[in-house]
Amino acid sequence: MKITSYRRDQASEFSFTPENLKKAKAYMARYPEGRQASAVIALLYIAQAQNGGWVSPAAIEHVAEVLDMAPIRVHEVSTFYTMFNLKPVGKHLIQVCRTTPCWLRGAADLTRTCQSKLGVGLKETSADGLFTVMEVECLGACANAPMVQINDDYYEDLTPARLSEIIDDLRAGKEVPVGPQSGRLCSAPEGGPATLKDLPAPAKKGAEKDAGTEKGA
Amino acid sequence: MLQDKDRVFTNLYGLHDWGLKGAQQRGVWDGTKKLLELGRDSIVQQIKDSQLRGRGGAGFPAGLKWSFMPKESDGRPHYLVVNADESEPGSCKDREILRNDPHRLLEGCLVAGFAMGAKACYIYIRGEYVLESQRLESAIAEAYEAGLIGKNACGSGWPYDIYVHRGAGAYICGEETALLESMEGKKGQPRLKPPFPAAMGLYGCPTTVTNVETVAVSPEILRRSADWWAGLGRPNNTGTKIFSISGHVNTPCNVEEEMGIPLKELIDTHAGGVRGGWDNLLAVIPGGSSVPCLPRTICDSVLMDFDSLRDVKSGLGTAAVIVMDKSTDIVAAIANLSHFYMHESCGQCTPCREGTGWMWRVMTRLVRGDAHVEEIDTLLEVTYEVEGHTICALGDAAAWPIQGLIRHFRPELEKRILDAKKSDQVAAE
Amino acid sequence: MPKLTIDGREIEVADGLTVLQACELAGVEIPRFCYHERLSVAGNCRMCLVEMERSPKPVASCAMPAGEGMVIRTDTPLVEKARKGVMEFLLINHPLDCPICDQGGECDLQDQAMAYGFDRSRFDENKRAVKEKYMGPLIKTIMTRCIHCTRCVRFATEVAGVEEIGALGRGEHLEISTLENAINSELSGNLVDVCPVGALTSRPYAFTARSWELRKTYSVDTLDAVGSNIRIDTRGREVMRVLPRLHEDVNEDWLADKSRYACDGLHSQRLDRPYVRKNGKLREASWEEAFGAIRDRLTGLAGDKIAALAGDQCDAESMLALKDLMASLKSTNLDCRQDGAKLDARSRAGYLFNTGIAGIEQADAILLVAANPRWEAPLLNARIRKRFLGGGLTVGSIGVPNDLSYPVYDLGSGPDVLAELAAGRGDFAKALSAAERPMVVLGMAGLARPDGGAVLDLARQVAETFKMVREGWNGFNVLHTAAARVAGLDLGFVPGSGGRDTDGILKGAADGEIEALYLLGADEIDMSRLGEMAFVIYQGHHGDAGAHRADVILPGAAYTEKNGTYTNTEGRVQLGRLATFPPGEAREDWTILRALSEVVGTRLPYDSLGALRQRLIAVNPVFAALDTIEPAPWGDFGAAGMLDSAPFGAAIDNYYMTDPISRASETMAKCSAELGLGPLTRATGTDG
Repeated sequence: MKITSYRRDQASEFSFTPENLKKAKAYMARYPEGRQASAVIALLYIAQAQNGGWVSPAAIEHVAEVLDMAPIRVHEVSTFYTMFNLKPVGKHLIQVCRTTPCWLRGAADLTRTCQSKLGVGLKETSADGLFTVMEVECLGACANAPMVQINDDYYEDLTPARLSEIIDDLRAGKEVPVGPQSGRLCSAPEGGPATLKDLPAPAKKGAEKDAGTEKGA
Repeated sequence: MLQDKDRVFTNLYGLHDWGLKGAQQRGVWDGTKKLLELGRDSIVQQIKDSQLRGRGGAGFPAGLKWSFMPKESDGRPHYLVVNADESEPGSCKDREILRNDPHRLLEGCLVAGFAMGAKACYIYIRGEYVLESQRLESAIAEAYEAGLIGKNACGSGWPYDIYVHRGAGAYICGEETALLESMEGKKGQPRLKPPFPAAMGLYGCPTTVTNVETVAVSPEILRRSADWWAGLGRPNNTGTKIFSISGHVNTPCNVEEEMGIPLKELIDTHAGGVRGGWDNLLAVIPGGSSVPCLPRTICDSVLMDFDSLRDVKSGLGTAAVIVMDKSTDIVAAIANLSHFYMHESCGQCTPCREGTGWMWRVMTRLVRGDAHVEEIDTLLEVTYEVEGHTICALGDAAAWPIQGLIRHFRPELEKRILDAKKSDQVAAE
Repeated sequence: MPKLTIDGREIEVADGLTVLQACELAGVEIPRFCYHERLSVAGNCRMCLVEMERSPKPVASCAMPAGEGMVIRTDTPLVEKARKGVMEFLLINHPLDCPICDQGGECDLQDQAMAYGFDRSRFDENKRAVKEKYMGPLIKTIMTRCIHCTRCVRFATEVAGVEEIGALGRGEHLEISTLENAINSELSGNLVDVCPVGALTSRPYAFTARSWELRKTYSVDTLDAVGSNIRIDTRGREVMRVLPRLHEDVNEDWLADKSRYACDGLHSQRLDRPYVRKNGKLREASWEEAFGAIRDRLTGLAGDKIAALAGDQCDAESMLALKDLMASLKSTNLDCRQDGAKLDARSRAGYLFNTGIAGIEQADAILLVAANPRWEAPLLNARIRKRFLGGGLTVGSIGVPNDLSYPVYDLGSGPDVLAELAAGRGDFAKALSAAERPMVVLGMAGLARPDGGAVLDLARQVAETFKMVREGWNGFNVLHTAAARVAGLDLGFVPGSGGRDTDGILKGAADGEIEALYLLGADEIDMSRLGEMAFVIYQGHHGDAGAHRADVILPGAAYTEKNGTYTNTEGRVQLGRLATFPPGEAREDWTILRALSEVVGTRLPYDSLGALRQRLIAVNPVFAALDTIEPAPWGDFGAAGMLDSAPFGAAIDNYYMTDPISRASETMAKCSAELGLGPLTRATGTDG
């Protein structure tokens, strides 16, 4: 039951596409009756994706309307969590992990590389609108430091040179392999693990399953 | 070194199929129905007997935590919420479970949830783990399809649903009550305790929030016996643990090892040793950014478990070992963490909101030596004014790294200040 | 009833209290910023930390339930250090601009800093600066001063019931903000009161006075019929501001915006001297001239040609004086119901809010009939909301659907729906039947219409059908909008035998049958209906509708300028007190009538307010019992009759402009324009 009242804005300049609305309803269905506000982050992701990588006030307020939340509450959420961009960003959002484990292994050089290569400062978008660079706090891939996240994907074990290549490839529209750029497997030690050797090794599967799932929201 | 047969996470590096078939070949979902048939009390008792301690950082006894859930439902549903908001700098272990062994986690969700009388489980995964959340979603779909979860999970008659809930970039949501707030569609600001989640958690219902690794190892403990788990490590610090080793080592990695492994052995055996050799070691943060750093002298002999590290005024935390060699500007390294805590403070309560920014600003000046020697004491005092005075533990976590720095590297701080003063004088002349 | 030890002293406290409350009961003061006894517990300021045995860390006493056997210490070095630490953190980013801060002198932070602050700062960094936020014409924001206690967020969400304030961002960038809108609430002024620092201050009051220069007078509000207890702060002869004064059974700690902010209307368009109309124009006159003009017109006039109407903010004393004066002139044409409400003066239970405002907290089902409590009595509405938040309340409404800040079942729009209910039919009938303490609230919009008597009759039937009147409970309620109304009915300011009511008086004036009309602060009648012929005497304080039509103006006193008795919608008799003197030659109203009586007829038999009050009590003993609610015996009231099928209208079209004072208030005009209620700014020539 709605406990407080709030102004409802008139016609908004943002609304979900029918397909996204369906997706939104599916997320809302994950929560018990009356707890649909739980889906606010999920819906903001959908709105962000639909809106070209950022959430505009209109998008935020549309989410509020769909969830029957007060607009100020959704603004609170969108300003609290760092993954919602409140301003437009480039096609490729490069987020350099700056926290100590990455910093120890050269994160600052990665930031400098991005900045000098793209001619932008932090939180700025390159002139061609393709890249926005920002520093973020720990992305939880510390054993693969230093690393960056570009849109949804992690690029790990980077060197400034490799990052520079990646930027070039992305600009050229080329496919770039995600994950460790050193060729190692996940967070196994370089040169192969000292453990898990005497276990039978069934064929590696599952990769095809990834392809089937969609990215982003 | 831990023997491979005692390793739980046999696909830690994603060498094998993460899907259901592969997981089943590795023994996941093997006889899960039988595990459930043990009954709630027996499951909880065995987890207690195994002395499993929570893997999320605080090391609270897992069986005891599970036992806090009401035995009988008063009509409110019970929830299990899995904390997959791995955000502690240095820590990247849960990610490997999520992406390479999701079924192990799902099986744990069922067993642990069943032991708490829960019929629904939410896995709160940090927003940045996009691929990981997709793997998890796929694994959940597989598990539903195979009848492992759903209306009649594993044929046990127990209905069980598992949902993924993504976060969106907030370290504080790793704090259990902040996580619950976030799940309810609000800002992730920690709640006041009491009431505790076991009494009033998600949607005001009895809830247990527990870490990915804790949940994921629990079916294996039940399958192999509590004694097996308790036989690994040392009393009260039992079992295996995934260690994340990062920083200045030759081969940074995640590795599952026995609790209580000496730090030096851990680094040398699995991470290729310290860059430039053990003698080039300056300091180690042994349990993720929140715990105080240890100078080399302590690192030489310390064991990696909860009690040993507590005894040297640090902590096991999430077992994220951040290694720093002698090239490290230790002051800058800790200042970097101060920035992290300032950035991640939820802003709700005064000491943390104001103190984290203050500490970072002083730390930034200390990096340059742009301070008075007395300010070291002021800073230390500020850390004590934050510590223990906040709603959640983030305040403590922000204070401890600085306390560790001042405890072990005070001469370095003083030297910088004096050097800066000297160079100022030289410049003035 | 847990027993705990606080600073070595054992104390037993009621169940459900917090450690902070227990400490207060033990006489130990606990400093706090975020804690507010009428808001939910946030526990975020950390100022109230105390030491608890067996707890390694100090605990926030505001959030810790008092438990059996707890040992609490508030006087240890640990506690002292914790509080000093919190104080230091609060101050590092707080500007030291107390000398130019309107909160200065009544600031919690300033006060606590005296106890726990250092005399110097150890914070060598730059202080944070935060942009101002827009919260409308009433609230000025200086957000750099904000200490993020979130009292304002909680007040808006919980008490006012409008989710329009939030805390955006996080960490040290956390900012209290609106969406750059005026707060859409009639209770927004309370945000200024709940703010413990100078972040939210009163915009109209900004930079006008310092708290220690002000003389404080405890009085009663008259801008609605709630009878809110107020404190009038004056400097010299000027009312600088109006603040709420605690009354648990009426307004609690709160005050509605009009009652608080219309006070600038006391300074403009005032009638500060008598006027007499000569050759069609009002000209300044002396009291003698004005009285002379009245005497000349009334001499020889038969009583039935004379009439009197009392306005909505009149004190009981002046109404009684006018009634007595009319009696001496042999007129029975008098009415205090200028809106024509068919209130029945025969039965007191028939025109009171019998349940009482605090009684709302016992109700479990409420039927609103032609009432918009949010505008007609914002604080009464806040009580309904408070009751709603307690859970288990059902509210239904017949009339214009409104956002009342709690869920309401819309039952329909007109009297026919009420008739159905009176017959025990309809879905809501089940809710009322099932309720243990059902209430009906009848608004003026249901009474101020031709079939108002029949509506009143139906409302009485509803009360009887659903047994709303039972031992210890009277669920029949009339919601008044006029502060003077209940007292007017109590003292019989209604047509005497053969007398005309408001409608009759207006018709009579137009027809020439009423030749002289005395308007005592009556501005809400349709003056155009009076026609040109009648001789109109207006006694009041503002140059409003009545004064414009008047032939003679007698300048009276506003409610802040006289000692007077007011009876609120519950029937609670309260005293308003003189805070400042009326401007110019204006006088307290009863003294004007007393003086006039000597000129036009028989001298009224009271020479002092005390004597007049004795007469008041003689007329109706209810006036003897101050600040109590005397249960009124149930009786017969209302008049069965034909019902009009027209839907109920609204008693108030614009909350911010309901009376001469609020209409003269610039602040109220701004609110009205801001919230889209008043005239919008004139369209430019380029608009279509």
